[in-house]
Amino acid sequence: MRFNLNCKETSRLLSQGQDARLGLTERIALRLHLRVCDACTHFSAQLQFLRQAMQSWPGPEENPPE
Amino acid sequence: MLQLRDESAAEDAVQETLMAAIQGASGFAGQSSVRTWLIGILKHKVIDHLRRISREKPLTVATRPVEETDISDFDALFVADGHWAEAPCAWSNPDQSLQQSRFFEALERCLKGLPDATARAFMMREVMGIETDEICKELRISASNCWVMLYRARMSLRLCLEQTWFQGERE
Repeated sequence: MRFNLNCKETSRLLSQGQDARLGLTERIALRLHLRVCDACTHFSAQLQFLRQAMQSWPGPEENPPE
Repeated sequence: MLQLRDESAAEDAVQETLMAAIQGASGFAGQSSVRTWLIGILKHKVIDHLRRISREKPLTVATRPVEETDISDFDALFVADGHWAEAPCAWSNPDQSLQQSRFFEALERCLKGLPDATARAFMMREVMGIETDEICKELRISASNCWVMLYRARMSLRLCLEQTWFQGERE
């Protein structure tokens, strides 16, 4: 595990971080990358939003199948 | 209840829930509200159903391992050095979207674009909050395939939402 992640590796780790606690090295590497990368910071916020959206999703009652 | 995909399956689940509730009424000791209690039973019924279809149709996973679990097709989203090919942008006022029913219609359209097993894994994870190792077991896939499916679902959904919903707010 290196500290200098690229965006591809970062996106994958951010997704894994939604499902399990990452190791210390991974968390440090992510923090270092996010500090300098707007795109991945946006991606990270989007993953959190996605989770929030799925939890607020009212279900199909209001959207009957076509 | 999109995780049940077809309407009759959802109706069956509700009916089974009510039957289970009637049969197990003595198990309801009043610690929780009736609603919470019924939702608890329904959740189990949904898991039962998902378990049943993954047994009846294991082929959706088994015959398409490459399509749904191959990590290499994410390559198009990144350039050779690992940077984003198209950088994710800031979504303005995402919380406001959660108040709009049209947003959830867009979300459902995006969900329908996911491969079956991927959508199922994502729903189990995000709607029902099931842990990843349990999802792998239910869908009979390896842990690494499970990660890839969840990653795929998130990458696809964020791209789809950005293009079909948030794009209008881009500057």
